Amino acid sequence: MANVPEGLYYSKDHEWLKVEGDTGTVGITDHAQNSLGDVVYVELPKEGEKFAGHETFGSVESVKAVSELFLPVGGEVTEVNGSLNDEPEKVNTDPYGEGWMIRIRLTNRGEVDSLLSAAEYEDYIKSESE
Amino acid sequence: MTITKATTHVTQNEALVFERSQTGRRGYRLPALDVEETALDELLPAELRRDDDLEGVPELSEPDVVRHFTRISTWNYNIDLGLYPLGSCTMKYNSRLNERVARIPGFANLHPLAPEEDAQGALEVMYELQQHLAEITGLPGVSLQPAAGAHGEMTGVMMIRAFLDARDGTTSDEAKRRKVMLIPDSAHGTNPASAHLSGFTVKTIRSTPEGLTDLEHLRELCAAGDVAGLMLTNPNTCGIFERNIREICDIVHEAGGLVYMDGANMNALVGVARPGDMGVDVIHLNLHKTFSTPHGGGGPGSGPCCCTAELEPFLPVPRVVTSGTGDGAYRLDYERPHSIGRVKAFYGNFGMHLRALAYILTHGNDGLREATEAAVLNARYIAHGLADTFDRPFDSPPMHECLFTDKRQSRKGVHTLDIAKRLIDYGFHPMTIYFPLIVQGAMLIEPTESVGRSELQQFVDAMKEIAREALEDADTVLNAPHTTRIGRLDEAAAARKPVLRWKPEGKATAA
Amino acid sequence: MRYIPNSPEERQEMLRGLGLGSAAELFDSIPADIVLTEPLKTPDALSEIELLERFEAMASKNAAARRPSFLGAGAYHHYAPTIVDSLIQRSEFFTAYTPYQPEISQGTLQAIFEFQTLVCQLTGMDVANASMYDGSTAMAEAVLMAERVTRRQRVLVSGAVHPEYLRVAETYVAHAGIELGRLETDEATGRTAIDASALDDKVAAVVLQSPNFFGCVEDLKAFADRVHAAGALLVVVVTEAASFGLLRSPGACGADIVVAEGQSFGVPVSYGGPYVGLFATREKYARQIPGRLAGIAYDKEGRRGFVLTLATREQHIRREKATSNICTNEGLIALAATIYMTALGRKGLQEVAAQCAQKAAYARRQIAALEGFSIPYSAPVFNEFVVRAPSDAAGLLRRLASEHNVTGGLALSRYYPERANDILVCVTETNKRADIDALVAGLKQS
Repeated sequence: MANVPEGLYYSKDHEWLKVEGDTGTVGITDHAQNSLGDVVYVELPKEGEKFAGHETFGSVESVKAVSELFLPVGGEVTEVNGSLNDEPEKVNTDPYGEGWMIRIRLTNRGEVDSLLSAAEYEDYIKSESE
Repeated sequence: MTITKATTHVTQNEALVFERSQTGRRGYRLPALDVEETALDELLPAELRRDDDLEGVPELSEPDVVRHFTRISTWNYNIDLGLYPLGSCTMKYNSRLNERVARIPGFANLHPLAPEEDAQGALEVMYELQQHLAEITGLPGVSLQPAAGAHGEMTGVMMIRAFLDARDGTTSDEAKRRKVMLIPDSAHGTNPASAHLSGFTVKTIRSTPEGLTDLEHLRELCAAGDVAGLMLTNPNTCGIFERNIREICDIVHEAGGLVYMDGANMNALVGVARPGDMGVDVIHLNLHKTFSTPHGGGGPGSGPCCCTAELEPFLPVPRVVTSGTGDGAYRLDYERPHSIGRVKAFYGNFGMHLRALAYILTHGNDGLREATEAAVLNARYIAHGLADTFDRPFDSPPMHECLFTDKRQSRKGVHTLDIAKRLIDYGFHPMTIYFPLIVQGAMLIEPTESVGRSELQQFVDAMKEIAREALEDADTVLNAPHTTRIGRLDEAAAARKPVLRWKPEGKATAA
Repeated sequence: MRYIPNSPEERQEMLRGLGLGSAAELFDSIPADIVLTEPLKTPDALSEIELLERFEAMASKNAAARRPSFLGAGAYHHYAPTIVDSLIQRSEFFTAYTPYQPEISQGTLQAIFEFQTLVCQLTGMDVANASMYDGSTAMAEAVLMAERVTRRQRVLVSGAVHPEYLRVAETYVAHAGIELGRLETDEATGRTAIDASALDDKVAAVVLQSPNFFGCVEDLKAFADRVHAAGALLVVVVTEAASFGLLRSPGACGADIVVAEGQSFGVPVSYGGPYVGLFATREKYARQIPGRLAGIAYDKEGRRGFVLTLATREQHIRREKATSNICTNEGLIALAATIYMTALGRKGLQEVAAQCAQKAAYARRQIAALEGFSIPYSAPVFNEFVVRAPSDAAGLLRRLASEHNVTGGLALSRYYPERANDILVCVTETNKRADIDALVAGLKQS
């Protein structure tokens, strides 16, 4: 059973968002990393790039698949987890911790309300697998 | 059960050529220089010359080189060892006679820029092959220039683009809109990649639960009015003949588009049915599949393009044509103003053209059909033999390849990859796995005509045995192969820190 | 048909076992109106003896294959050790597929890894792929890659690039939104002229061939600095791979992508193919490279092996977003080149290159001394050079062939109608002094 920590927001594209003030931290969920398999490469944007909600901000690659990364809400990139360049496996081993991908300055705090809670996301992945 | 095909044998260890190198060893000898020597600095100023003395390039004797490549060769499975049932790859017997033909000095030593009058034999080979491929496909325009299947696809869809531009102009709204290439979700990845390279936007057509192109979805997509064409494999990548092919072509034609057929699976059709009679406008053939030119561990291939008379003006230049003066001579024709241009230097992989022509002439017209029948019969034999053991995603009768899944075995944690790896222990090359992408845990099996009944049965027995092991002794399957020089390799680690070349000790870094 | 193991009787039994009455029933899923009712109108089958006679008869019409030849221009006559062809004819190599199952394809995979390494060593680059179709398509792919890397859409191509390579690039970029510009050739030196005004911030790459189509060795370093200053990539094309044994590597001169035709490495000229394209680049662009890559991997016991890697760049995974549509490449020809490079080795590659250059220098001197003939370009050459004849080159070459049994080179009017009197002459280690002397004598008399 996938780990879905409380206190984070989730998108139907299987990204998580942690909100602290007007800063958001983004990564992919445990469920997502599990279905991808061994992550071998993460392509991330540069600091300062701006994206709208649900826009592609990068991609994550396993040996035989590429998945696009969608930003749960709009924002400007303020920090990128450069350590994933050398250790992309952190996305597998610690998706909510060291495997985080980018930090953003939220464009519109209100967008967060459209995202799922932990319980809602758990229901969502359950319904998806049925 | 006893394994009937394979037993273990000695495998050699062998380092890289760079690691075997010993300073001072030589594997060649040139004649002494027979002209007055010019001082090096007079030939070329020092700053234009190498200054690294080719450091790192190996130094080996001739026996070293022969042993090295012979030893590493023994780590390869190959057609001459037995059944190589890769679906959609048509791993049939590669005749030694065709190899001999390709090495006749009058062909092998012929320079591509030799004057046409002194290369008439080569032009005759190409012209004759073109004629036969036109007859086999029912499509009269042929270019042998593309070097492989994907290259032929690119050529074909670029011809569609050029035809539409000539028909609709490039400036009208109609022309600007007509950019969509329809491709079934079951297609080879080369199809969308080739379409993209030719400036098309790809839209995906769904397959029906029967494994066929969804006509309703096709109609719906065509109704948008922006469809330039359709790329379709037939029989499709599920090994099923698209029985609505005439209707499919009609729908696309009525919408103003053209139909491209991926000829990867022509081994199911040669001598039985022709794409030209189905309504197809342009097709590529894989001479390295249907016409038995060797795969060579990944090429060379040859991907001739065959098309209707309407599309013929758009074929690449030069074309091989008769001189038109009735003297039986051939020439290269560059005066083709509508041509998409060149897709390759010179005229294509001529060595493959020779082998394919030799294949056609060795089989004769009856032999070509006989090969098709035998190929489909062999696939049916396997489909029948495994029907009770493995899940079949579609009921339609298979053509030259049959499709199964790991649905039953995966309940026990044994997946397609494991079944494939375990087959190696039984002495077979695995089938194509996880393709087509629309079928979960796909196993696509194409035996070709080049295998006898007893070996087919050995394969069926091996597959059944693996299915039994999956139930009773899953670990044996999960840890397979057990008989090879190396086990399953850590591909994730290889992709995370790619090492793509050798470097001398102490200088090794990740690439 | 002798290639089909199951006899007609066995096939009948198999059909019965499937509950079928005849082979025709195997095709019941094909609508009757498109099933052929008559046999194909292809010829009747030939026996092995008859087949060889047919092909020998056709081969005998290729008179050019039997003459001493000074043709180059993208395809070169070189010595190939016997072991190259005998080793690539091992079943294990020539009848294997692309190495998708690494446990039983290590021979092919290790050979690819060795090929990649040798290509890196010769070109002076960091990463090389498992091969492209040929030099021309490799160049076209390099142009597409330069656009991906720089996100710029203009590529300047030297006018001294092989004209057929240029035509291929034009086809490849026709729908890619890339515009090809041209750099003129300096009529005194035969080298590409640097046009600083064309090098603006729209330029993705400059493409140079060296030695160029006219045989002249380009000053790559001078270009590299200016190209890089404009934020563009330098793409270097080599059609005569034997030159790597003598010339400063493109990598050492600052190239960002190096593509080459590898036919010179033990592969017969075979009327234009199959050949093998080499493709190499800098480490930082490894993920933008087209085609297959083999890399090192280890199994659970820590044993070293090789796998196809970074496959997410490729069409079977990324489909329309792939770095290229290439799938099948030129595996067996890359193997031939690998065996050739290994057999010749560090010393042999240099000796072949030196002999080519020496013999070409000898021929060039002899021809330059002939009355009425001149060498129009002053730049240094490797083994090809342009000769300006006193009369129409095509006619001259025809007479050389018929009266002196020598293919004297290429009439440049084939590609450049205005160059009626120019001949491109190529000399390799396979041309004996007697052949060169015969060529010179023939030119003198013609």
